Amino acid sequence: MMLAMLGEAWRAMGTNRLRTFLTMLGMVIGVGAVVLMMAIGQGAQYAIKQSISSMGSNLFILLAGHTSSGGVRSGSGGAHTLTVDDAEAIAELPGIQAAAPVHPGSAQVIYGPNNWNTAIIGTTPAYLDARSWTVTSGSAFTDSDVRSATRIALIGKTAAENLFGDEDPVGKTIRIRQSPFVILGTLSVKGQSMDGRDQDDTLIIPLTTAQRQVFGTDFPGSVRMIMAQATTQEIMPSVEKDMTALLRQRHRLREGMDNDFFLRNLTAVANSAAESTRIMSMLLGAIASVSLLVGGIGIMNIMLVSVTERTREIGIRMAIGARERDILMQFLLEAIIISVVGCLIGLLLGISGALLVEMFTGTSVIISFGSVAVAFGVAATVGIFFGFYPARKAAQLDPIEALRYQ
Amino acid sequence: MKEPVIRIEELGKSYQTSAGEFPALKSVNLSITSGEFVAIMGPSGSGKSTFMNILGCLDKPSTGRYFLNGSSIAELGKDELALLRNRTIGFVFQGFNLLPRMSIAENVALPLIYCGLEHEERRNRARELLSKVGLASHAESMPNKISGGQQQRVAIARALVNRPRLILADEPTGNLDSKTGQEIMSLFDELNHEGITIILVTHEEDIARHAKRQVRFLDGRIISDELTRETMP
Ligand SMILES: Nc1ncnc2c1ncn2[C@@H]1O[C@H](COP(=O)(O)OP(=O)(O)O)[C@@H](O)[C@H]1O
Ligand SMILES: [Mg+2]
Repeated sequence: MMLAMLGEAWRAMGTNRLRTFLTMLGMVIGVGAVVLMMAIGQGAQYAIKQSISSMGSNLFILLAGHTSSGGVRSGSGGAHTLTVDDAEAIAELPGIQAAAPVHPGSAQVIYGPNNWNTAIIGTTPAYLDARSWTVTSGSAFTDSDVRSATRIALIGKTAAENLFGDEDPVGKTIRIRQSPFVILGTLSVKGQSMDGRDQDDTLIIPLTTAQRQVFGTDFPGSVRMIMAQATTQEIMPSVEKDMTALLRQRHRLREGMDNDFFLRNLTAVANSAAESTRIMSMLLGAIASVSLLVGGIGIMNIMLVSVTERTREIGIRMAIGARERDILMQFLLEAIIISVVGCLIGLLLGISGALLVEMFTGTSVIISFGSVAVAFGVAATVGIFFGFYPARKAAQLDPIEALRYQ
Repeated sequence: MKEPVIRIEELGKSYQTSAGEFPALKSVNLSITSGEFVAIMGPSGSGKSTFMNILGCLDKPSTGRYFLNGSSIAELGKDELALLRNRTIGFVFQGFNLLPRMSIAENVALPLIYCGLEHEERRNRARELLSKVGLASHAESMPNKISGGQQQRVAIARALVNRPRLILADEPTGNLDSKTGQEIMSLFDELNHEGITIILVTHEEDIARHAKRQVRFLDGRIISDELTRETMP
């Protein structure tokens, strides 16, 4: 019974292919847009979650320099207001898990014939803890390496690939600005940071080595930034206050004077970025859904035309025993088939579109089972919802009136 | 006495027109028993089709009562009426009313879809009926590929496919030439021989002669109801 009706619906759609196709197109575009937008949105959310977790949890960043509403007196990191001692004092604060002074920079690195410009982070072992960065082979350096300014380095995956190819870097000697460095260990993979940099294209060396031998500084003991990690996310606001108070006291800033450092709660910034990505992707989905609605109205429109055109057929069917529900089913099935087939094509297009976007722009996309299921469910619902009124109109025709219709 | 297949009491039907109410049927009384072959005659506009549509449960009377196999039609709901049209009555139209997009076999099998028969069974029944009307070899053709007479045979096969005991035919030969018309009539003769009750509208004497009883309408009333006189030797 159901099968016979499906066959009939299929045939009815086949008799006016162009019209069926155009009606379907509304659904195709709607579903395609929803799937594509959701794939892009979820991809963006995933990417941001990845970089948040690669950043490390409960992080603060402190940058040297003035915060001033009356114009920038000194660029962030440009002043020499933060010191290694500040970092040590912060590390002693209750609620602080780790604090590490950081001297960032970049330099040309040479291994044999290979030459690679990469980021160089001069810091202390606490940095690795704060950023939950581990050493996958070899070993990490220690505080005594920092004290004696040893020429050793930890290497990230991208930098290792570019310098060593397939070779194992551990134990090899590289040259940074003419000085030889021994690779002590390789770093675990971090991926992209929130601002899109490749965090694995890096070397980590002891802070003192960086300051004295690689970059040189006129202010030994001062650093451009400090990374600090709180023990839990909940205490971050109070820890932020404590840190500010501590630094103001250490820097002898009187009441009314501006801070001579920037303090940012990185985790909060990251979370709000994630939240806005989430809202963004929801918005994209909602806008795409409107086109589904338009597709549904297209189906209703064509079904109404179809019912009028086929009034006589409906009369004949009623004359030989079709009940109201048989006619209702017939037209409803047609609407559902149009929307479901349109949905399948739309899914195909949306998924291919998403893959193309990934291929050509490199942004990650995620086609989740959930979004496919939602698109499918919505399409079937749209078919039923917008098919119902025309189908009921057909079913409630009077047999004799329908038969007389020319 | 045996309950008649059809019993009509004081039946009236009025149409709403722009010129007011138009009475197409006025207090019609008629009984038809099982196995009869009745010709309904009368000039154009005398109410024959209106009457047949009511008999076929396609339309409802305005006044009076209609008993089909003893039960009153007025009490039935839409689904029950559909069931009667599907199982109890076979309706044959002047214009054949085949569905143009379906093959002949599918047209014949269509009523069976509405009583839930399986595909196999439907096909077998359709073939059986098509050979009965002599069109077995055309089963897969489309309706527009065969002649009018053949189309009417298909329509009759469709009317018979659910084995109704009552066939209503409104001018079934009206669109056919007289030779083809006579061929269709011998098919009705055969069905009547098998015991199927036949009520058939015509205004041709040659066609009406096949019936055993002739009922004449004029202006919405029955003006005569008599047995067919034997044809002249
Ligand atoms: N749907 C209708 N609306 C108004 N008048 C109708 C309708 N159908 C039939 N009539 C009128 O009722 C009368 C009987 O029609 P009909 O039953 O078709 O006659 P017949 O079949 O004998 O030619 C005619 O005068 C016709 O104009
Ligand atoms: Mg008529």
